Amino acid sequence: MTEPVFAPWDDPNEKPLIEFKNVTKRFGDFTAIDDLTLDIYEREFFALLGPSGCGKTTMMRMLAGFETITEGTILLSGKNIARVPPNRRAVNMMFQSYALFPHLTVWDNIAFGLKREKLPKDQIEARVQEMLKLTRLEKFSKRKPHQISGGQRQRVALARSLAKAPKLLLLDEPLGALDKKLRQDTQFELMDIQEKTGTTFVIVTHDQEEAMTVASRVAVMDEGRLIQVATPAGIYEMPNTVYVADFIGDVNIIEGHGTKTGDGYDVTFAEGQPALHAKTDAQLGEAARCYLAIRPEKVTISAERPDGAVNVVQGTIHDIAYLGNLSTYHVELPTGQILKAQAANTRRLSRRSFTWEDKVWLSWTDTAAVVLER
Amino acid sequence: MRRFSWFNATSLTLGFAFLYIPMIILILYSFNASKLVTVWAGFSTRWYGELLQNEAFLNAAWVTLKVAVASSTIATVLGTMAAYVMVRAGRFSGRTLFSGMIYAPLVMPEVITGLSLLLLFIGIGLDRGIVTIILAHTTFSMCYVSVVVSSRLVSFDRSLEEAALDLGCSPFEAFRLVTLPIIAPAVISGWLLAFTLSLDDLVIASFTSGPSATTLPIKIFSAVRLGVSPEINALSTIMIAIVTVAVITASFVSKRASVRQQAEEKAAVRATG
Repeated sequence: MTEPVFAPWDDPNEKPLIEFKNVTKRFGDFTAIDDLTLDIYEREFFALLGPSGCGKTTMMRMLAGFETITEGTILLSGKNIARVPPNRRAVNMMFQSYALFPHLTVWDNIAFGLKREKLPKDQIEARVQEMLKLTRLEKFSKRKPHQISGGQRQRVALARSLAKAPKLLLLDEPLGALDKKLRQDTQFELMDIQEKTGTTFVIVTHDQEEAMTVASRVAVMDEGRLIQVATPAGIYEMPNTVYVADFIGDVNIIEGHGTKTGDGYDVTFAEGQPALHAKTDAQLGEAARCYLAIRPEKVTISAERPDGAVNVVQGTIHDIAYLGNLSTYHVELPTGQILKAQAANTRRLSRRSFTWEDKVWLSWTDTAAVVLER
Repeated sequence: MRRFSWFNATSLTLGFAFLYIPMIILILYSFNASKLVTVWAGFSTRWYGELLQNEAFLNAAWVTLKVAVASSTIATVLGTMAAYVMVRAGRFSGRTLFSGMIYAPLVMPEVITGLSLLLLFIGIGLDRGIVTIILAHTTFSMCYVSVVVSSRLVSFDRSLEEAALDLGCSPFEAFRLVTLPIIAPAVISGWLLAFTLSLDDLVIASFTSGPSATTLPIKIFSAVRLGVSPEINALSTIMIAIVTVAVITASFVSKRASVRQQAEEKAAVRATG
């Protein structure tokens, strides 16, 4: 028996925890959220991803109750939350700046929300201890926020927002202030804590790597609209637009003209170059103008023309970006276009096979490229 | 160490002499044994003793203190509320006008403030006395408090209040439990400012005081018009001493607080590498 995959969004009987129904938010003339509909399920780790100003933070602030909704409704466990003030929502938020109370100790910061519920003292004590243990902060309970490091502050903020055991935890760029190494460690820690507590997490981030690492589903946003909502693998391997393909990771975009052949499309992109074939179920419109999105790591680079490859082009190496574990080769085609190919550096540097100005062949399979209409 | 320079030493001496010679003369003459202010007749604390016998001066001092404490406390409450609303209300039409109107009394000539308050008190039939002085002092010192507090609130991280709301506080609880403790230093310095303003105010107090209550500055001023007496010198010396001690204590306390905070931060950095 294999463990069932966690995918409540595919189950029609599953009731969503949060439902955005045609939600619009305007600030004066500016439309921050544009007629947005979205379901988020219990126990999900949901990431809102997009450039700054795309409306992701506004969505989160509407969930927390700090922004009113201009049009539409937001349901939390089936109840409309438009008229519920922030202090009565079973929703807690972890702020980008952490917003720790500087005049209170770590212990008092974590206990702050519990004390508002007028719980008995021993219950508060027990819950705070539990939170301190969860976030490994036992040693720092008597310190003030300015006496601990950035990573510890981040954990205090998390402990404080989890202390009241909210149905939903909102995280606004929670790792933005940490350096890269610490951020990666903390990402796994976050996932761990999310799994342990079973809380639904909604995270706002502009860092695509972070969204991909932590989230069960990712929503890519732009200008107040959802562009694509899918699992990290779905977003990466099957982007629905050039925007998404370009926003997540590195990608080669080839613009061309598609003709239906067999199980997919032949795309001609430049004179004197062979047509590129890609398998797809998608149907292009009349214009047949289309884009091929190919991830650099799916492009093979070789000195000899590979036998039997479906898509082959020749070019010269224009640039090499050496990243240690990988190298990205920028290969210039005779048409002037630059294609990126990535190869793992399995050999030591001195024995590397390609260098600048080498003539090389690039090839990829018929399933490597995604055909996109826009 | 910086090198000694005659130019620096001279300008420093001149500057301080300009500021402090009048006060030093006043303090010296307060210990003069002679009744004639300008003739030195040996050291004595006689006038301090006589001052303590002077019922009128002691009464005035007591009134001044009561007025200062009451008016600065009321002004702090009102000024903090005004600052909070002005900073938090966001943009609305007429905001600039409103905030300008709060700060206008800062530049209003005191004579005009005093006169208009006098007219108001006469108009509503309020007998002039300690209550009217307190009201008048509250009126003009409130805007000073508001300026001090709002400059602190502008740099106050709004998400702290949002976090408090998020964790279950009502808006008033959020203010009481989070905002107020954090802006407390600004509120306290606003209170101290209002307190000292009230202590040394002569113009507005003279418009709004009545026969039942006189403040110390009014008493001194009217006594001096009959001729400077050594008693006045003694009284002034005591006031200088009180103000000096208060200012030094306040700066010492705030200095120690900031030094302690810095030390704690350094310790935290060391502890975490």
